Amino acid sequence: MSLLHLAIISPFLLAILVPILYKSFRQIHTGWFVLPLPILLFSYFLSFLSIQEPITKSVPWIPFLGIDFIAKIDGLSLLFALLITGIGSLVVLYSVYYLSKDKEKLNTFYVYLLLFMGAMLGVVLSDNLIVLYMFWEFTSFSSFLLIGYWYHKEKSRYGAQKSMIITVFGGLSMLGGIILLYIMTGSFNISEIMEIVPSISDHTLFIPALLCFLVGAFTKSAQFPFHIWLPDAMEAPTPVSAYLHSATMVKAGIYLVARMSPVFAAEGLWLWLVGGVGIITLFWGSFNAVKQTDLKAILAYSTISQLGMIMSLLGIGAAALHFEGIEKSVYAAAITAAVFHLINHATFKGSLFMVVGIVDHETGTRDIRKLGGLMNFMPITFTLAIIGTFSMAGLPPFNGFLSKEMFFAGMLRVLELDIFSFETWGLLFPVIAWLASVFTFLYSMILVFKTFTGKFQPEKLEKKPHEAPIGMLISPIILASLVIIFGLFPNILSNSMIAPAINAIMPGNAADVHISFWHGFTPELFMTIGVIATGILLYISLPKWRRVYDLFPKKLTLNRLYDGSLEFAQSISKKLTSGYMNGSIRTYLVYIFSFFIVILASTIAVKDAFKMDTSNISSIGFYEILLALAIVVASISILFAKSRLTSIILLGSVGYTVSLFFVLFRAPDLALTQLVIETISVALFLLCFYHLPKNSKNEERIRFKLTNLLISIGVGAIVTVIALSAHSNKMFDSIAQYYVENTYEKAAGKNMVNVILVDFRGFDTLFEITVLSIAALGIFTMIKLKMKGGRKNENK
Amino acid sequence: MAFVIGILFMSATYLMLSKSLLRIIVGTGLLSHGAHLLILTMGGLKRGTVPLLDEKASAYTDPIPQALILTAIVISFGVTAFFLVLAYRSYQELGTDNMERLRGTEGND
Repeated sequence: MSLLHLAIISPFLLAILVPILYKSFRQIHTGWFVLPLPILLFSYFLSFLSIQEPITKSVPWIPFLGIDFIAKIDGLSLLFALLITGIGSLVVLYSVYYLSKDKEKLNTFYVYLLLFMGAMLGVVLSDNLIVLYMFWEFTSFSSFLLIGYWYHKEKSRYGAQKSMIITVFGGLSMLGGIILLYIMTGSFNISEIMEIVPSISDHTLFIPALLCFLVGAFTKSAQFPFHIWLPDAMEAPTPVSAYLHSATMVKAGIYLVARMSPVFAAEGLWLWLVGGVGIITLFWGSFNAVKQTDLKAILAYSTISQLGMIMSLLGIGAAALHFEGIEKSVYAAAITAAVFHLINHATFKGSLFMVVGIVDHETGTRDIRKLGGLMNFMPITFTLAIIGTFSMAGLPPFNGFLSKEMFFAGMLRVLELDIFSFETWGLLFPVIAWLASVFTFLYSMILVFKTFTGKFQPEKLEKKPHEAPIGMLISPIILASLVIIFGLFPNILSNSMIAPAINAIMPGNAADVHISFWHGFTPELFMTIGVIATGILLYISLPKWRRVYDLFPKKLTLNRLYDGSLEFAQSISKKLTSGYMNGSIRTYLVYIFSFFIVILASTIAVKDAFKMDTSNISSIGFYEILLALAIVVASISILFAKSRLTSIILLGSVGYTVSLFFVLFRAPDLALTQLVIETISVALFLLCFYHLPKNSKNEERIRFKLTNLLISIGVGAIVTVIALSAHSNKMFDSIAQYYVENTYEKAAGKNMVNVILVDFRGFDTLFEITVLSIAALGIFTMIKLKMKGGRKNENK
Repeated sequence: MAFVIGILFMSATYLMLSKSLLRIIVGTGLLSHGAHLLILTMGGLKRGTVPLLDEKASAYTDPIPQALILTAIVISFGVTAFFLVLAYRSYQELGTDNMERLRGTEGND
């Protein structure tokens, strides 16, 4: 157990302590106890910044399955670990002021949050895929708990369930991918898999594994069409939205794609899928964000769209890993953009969520139709919002501008790709990207100007707005200043964090020079100018063309599809179940007998087992024929017996004939027993018959049913056939000779049957006695014990 | 014998598929008769005399199937007796012996 493992596990350990702290120190906000841990972890991870080589520490967990808890820290892991702990600290600080000490159950909140933080650290620091999967599901699970934090609200429960279903679906698919990879490579360790990969890329399971992994990554990172859970997850408390649904959990899919790029990216499908789905998500998210009226919904769709942007950059960047003579460093620049934007997005989106939380907290609403003119009341919040949104829109002084420029550059490079038929369809990428940026600009402007400028509407607000307490502002201020710092001095990041991360994604493709290169009149700059101009134009004319959104029918959304398919699955399974489970014992017997017939008959047919061998059949005497006739006649006439009395008597006669058979076939003990028992059984039957209820006692014949007849003939025929062929296929002699020889010598008895029953195989007899006693006791209790519920029916 | 057993099984199945509880139990009775005869038949019929050593015969019938059947008879008797009393009790309590009417109601199952 190394310090690194301890760092991963420490949030879990603290989570155990949180309820105790909560109960013992009711006066102090529990968040203060939580806060030191992420700060400590953050500074611990900062100490890795200078590392050159990845550090690997291993703890055996299930060694014989090849599953060890391997913690590996390289550039990419470190970047994510810093994001998780850094933003984690800020979010905990923010939540201390956001959540009330008296009204909320703080212990559960911080337990869930710490679980999530530990799970996220586990995801990004694990080198073993199974361990990674374990932590992955842990994030789904803790996110489910956090979304449903206000569990008394129906929408929270709906959102939590939806995100659970979708992300767990993706998680399971990823598990499938992991297992497929294991089948191909024989290892669960990512670093080992990477070394084997070139030799397996032609394997038939390679593409299925790739698809499984991508479904996992796309569901987690809310990519099209799995993005629908994210807007509904906004029912969570705002610190949770800021942390999980903007900065960390939704980037787990990004992390997975980046991590698995060296494994899969040589495949053209990967490039198309990651790039294509990313760009579709980018457009769809930004397009839909414009029509939202809830601030958090705008931010949710904006998150979806920004994640799509990072994803598409990772897809394009994967071209650098293609080995056939293309200029690699150009596409490596796309990866640089992705990583850079990843950091930027975490900073500005985190601060924006916190700003929205402040607005909600101070006014009581998040609806932009009710808000307006808050600029004068909340100047600091307004400034923070301006910084965040302008960075999101990609305006020059902030870090969003740089990543957007690099994004356009990456997309323009697609035009030059001449592999995987990009030369024909590649043009779509920059065009869609540009359109999406226009929408991004638009909703960013809506977000800030509809909230803070315009007419102040005090009558619509629940509270009198005023500036937030300073504690609540600290975290967004830190994030916003990072936005500016990274915007003005991007190079402080480049060599310390981004370059190692890129080295981890693409071993050996160092691209550090490109980051410092950030001036010059490039086509990207003009594209940005175009975005701003079009965006402003569209924002001014917004009321005129807003109705475009009404053109899209509300029925055709993906949410409807999701809800509909859930309902459909439920109703179908209900129909199916109530269809075949109708409660009638006859139907179930029909199923059972039919399966009996079908399976046995087909087995006999397939194996060609039927064989009739008459050589060892003994001669048939006159008495046997007579008795056989008697038994056949009796049993068949039971079927036609009109009254129940007849059938009971006929059953008795069958029983007596059977005992006659026993006499004939030299089995005296059997004959005796059979005689006695048949007598008692018939007496019992008569008892039952006598007590039949009067009202339904219409004596009628069994109603004829063809299916019943067919099934029973089938059963009879099958049994006959099996009996015949079993008899004809005898393989070896009986062991009876031993009993014949030793009954007297060893057991001192002459009746072989009885000696077998009590001596050689006395154990069976013991339990047969037990059966009888249980039956007797059961009968006794049934008659004697009458439950209170049963009494009522009798009175009717 | 195999044909006799087949017919016993056939009638038993037909009875068990019927609606009256009593007939179903009659069916199980027939089924156990069939099964017992099947065991006996599979052991081989008529190869020697009664399995009693006093007979001083050169060949005896196989004693093992007989022991097995004896066990089976007793067990099936126990079960049948239990079933019959169960049926008797359900007549008393529920007032019907029609299997189609003996169903769990909605929300009661």
